[in-house]
Amino acid sequence: MSNAATTEAKPAAPAPPPVEKIKIKVDGREVEVPKMLPNWQGKLEATTMLQAVQIAGGEVPHYCYHPKLPVAGNCRMCLVEFGTPMMGPDRKPVFNEDGSPKIAKSVLPYEPSTPRGAIACATPISPGMEIYPNSSATKQMREAVLESLLINHPLDCPICDQAGECKLQEYSVQHGQAGSNFVEAKVHKPKAVDLGPRIVLDDERCVLCTRCIRFTKDIAGDDALGIVNRGSYNTIAAFPGAKFDNNYTLNTVDLCPVGALTSKDFRFQMRVWFLKETKSLCTSCGTGCNTVIGSREGKVYRYEPRQNDAVNSTWMCDSGRLNYKWIGREDRLQDVLVRGQKSTWASALKEISEKLSKAASGSVAVIASARQTTEELYLLKKLATKLGALTDSVARMGEADKLLVAADKNPNSNGARLTGIAGAELGSAISKIADGIHSGAIKTLVVFGDDVTKAGISADLLAKLETLIVSDILPNATTKAAHYVLPGCAHAEKRGTFVNVKGRLQKFTKAVEPKGDARPEWEFLHELVHNVTGQNGFISIEGLFNQMAKEVPGFAGIEWAQVDDQGVNTIS
Amino acid sequence: MIVDRKPLSFWERMYLPSIWGGLKITSKHFYNTVFKGQTGGNTLSKGYYPETKWDVAEGYRGAPYLVKDQDGATKCVSCQLCEFVCPPKAIKITPPGADSQSADRKNAEKMPREFEINMLRCIFCGFCQEVCPEEAIFLQKDYSLTGLARGEMIFNKEKLLSLGGTSGGIQKWKHKLEEAKEQEVFPVETK
Repeated sequence: MSNAATTEAKPAAPAPPPVEKIKIKVDGREVEVPKMLPNWQGKLEATTMLQAVQIAGGEVPHYCYHPKLPVAGNCRMCLVEFGTPMMGPDRKPVFNEDGSPKIAKSVLPYEPSTPRGAIACATPISPGMEIYPNSSATKQMREAVLESLLINHPLDCPICDQAGECKLQEYSVQHGQAGSNFVEAKVHKPKAVDLGPRIVLDDERCVLCTRCIRFTKDIAGDDALGIVNRGSYNTIAAFPGAKFDNNYTLNTVDLCPVGALTSKDFRFQMRVWFLKETKSLCTSCGTGCNTVIGSREGKVYRYEPRQNDAVNSTWMCDSGRLNYKWIGREDRLQDVLVRGQKSTWASALKEISEKLSKAASGSVAVIASARQTTEELYLLKKLATKLGALTDSVARMGEADKLLVAADKNPNSNGARLTGIAGAELGSAISKIADGIHSGAIKTLVVFGDDVTKAGISADLLAKLETLIVSDILPNATTKAAHYVLPGCAHAEKRGTFVNVKGRLQKFTKAVEPKGDARPEWEFLHELVHNVTGQNGFISIEGLFNQMAKEVPGFAGIEWAQVDDQGVNTIS
Repeated sequence: MIVDRKPLSFWERMYLPSIWGGLKITSKHFYNTVFKGQTGGNTLSKGYYPETKWDVAEGYRGAPYLVKDQDGATKCVSCQLCEFVCPPKAIKITPPGADSQSADRKNAEKMPREFEINMLRCIFCGFCQEVCPEEAIFLQKDYSLTGLARGEMIFNKEKLLSLGGTSGGIQKWKHKLEEAKEQEVFPVETK
């Protein structure tokens, strides 16, 4: 199963306080499950049959149920056959001859031979209950529900972006039947409806699970969607006059089990089965939402949220999700430049190392970026300590919202603080560095990943420097003024860690190859540190991280292997 | 297995009779060609290859080409299943993307921006034809593909469509549109 939240969110993590457990049977196998489990809001609620089956290691197919949304119970896909212990007229349990409790299977009231299923997503379990998620009656119910869902479905999979990650496709193969009893013409509904600035709606494909309606109302807090018309003509629509344009609309694309809601940005770009999925992080703000990068042949096609209940649940904002196109921009820095001339890594690094080694203590300043990885900031700090350099990084503040977006637009401000590159307030030492350049005390400036001309060091000041060493990803005024330009990598092109605004250390992995001569910053920083300080470091990201965690107190000796996909908390 | 080498007979050891036999056939052909104007091909029922093309059998798996429907529209909807199934990765499709031209058929919404088959890679297995849900690609009868450069052997969409010709079929997108119009709903119109 893939990592994207599109496929399915895992059930919410069991609550830590011990709760009463009850014994039930799933497919004849006895399991003990908690009586209560946290619901979508984290409040304890009676465990449902669906959760119980999941705990027992089984799966109940479903469309409308989502562990992070209120239960609606409208798709009927999770119907299962079940039974409860039989009670005698004296309200006492009835036993079989062998002493086991007699089970009364749920049947139709006046038709005792016909099993009556219940929706597993909304039916609480009771002691002694037996659930049959794989019985022939359950299978027949699923077949019938799928046949009904497909009555008016257009089956336009060849032109549907959801094909390949569509629950209707998957369940039809797993639980459906090849033919249909319906010969009537299908009801046609509006196609390619412009639902909002980022969403296209195909009403024919919709199975009316209302996941999108519940998400936008209960999670995003924007009651924008509803169902209009009746019967077969039910359609999802935005309320007249209301626009479906909040900053979380694209989550409904992930939530939509079919191809009704599709992303305008990803529309007809690539079929999903070609996409390589890489676990990564969003870099658009300090929240550090866990993401999955979908890439093919070195091109990033989309970001999707990845479940992490400690950070972003299963959501991410639209602005962060769509902030990936710069990775493939044509004007990316691809060449090592020495005074504007194309050079090689070997000769440029040699020259820089010699210059820095000869520099007088205090004549160098380092402005790092809080968009760099923690390991890179650590290496820069090592270099700065050796050179007695002033260090800082550029603050980037914006607006926060109530759900995920943080005011801090740097993904790794806390990493900069922890490694000692920046003080509690980012950017507070930049004016000091500017003064130093002005007075001539600072002759060499090392800039990583930021345009300092926008952060208080004007182009005139940069012109006064004897040496300006800049590493960046995209060209800007600072790279233009630089004597040495070292092309760096986007986070999707390297490995490393970020520390988010809440102090959670999270790692990300490499999805695509860097362009041209660009190299991950930590690789060439490692070389520089070795050349200038004479200390040999680790040439793997794992070793580098472990070394940093040992030396920097904030990391308290965490090891790379301990940092799993969900990250670990560092500072409180 | 060991095959015994038979000893040559007396006449075979003489060598000249075989030379004579060969010369007899050669001079017969020489006479027929020069004085009677017959080529070897004419004497056979079908002729020889470059002048007379081979009669390709039904079901032969030649080069895969794209086809158009009876209205002259591209049938391919860029679902990329053939690209996925192609064992030697000979097919490369550029999907249309949201902002490019929509399909030349109403209601189909999608058409490849570019469709390339590298005929040097193609192994003529027919998986693309088998997997195609739109009946838009067929292995046709071309078996002799030549070019002067590798680049020439990568056939683009335009070339594939012009070589492929027309293949009718059920026209499901057209029928869906007609069905929808009967229900007084107007689905996507091409821009």
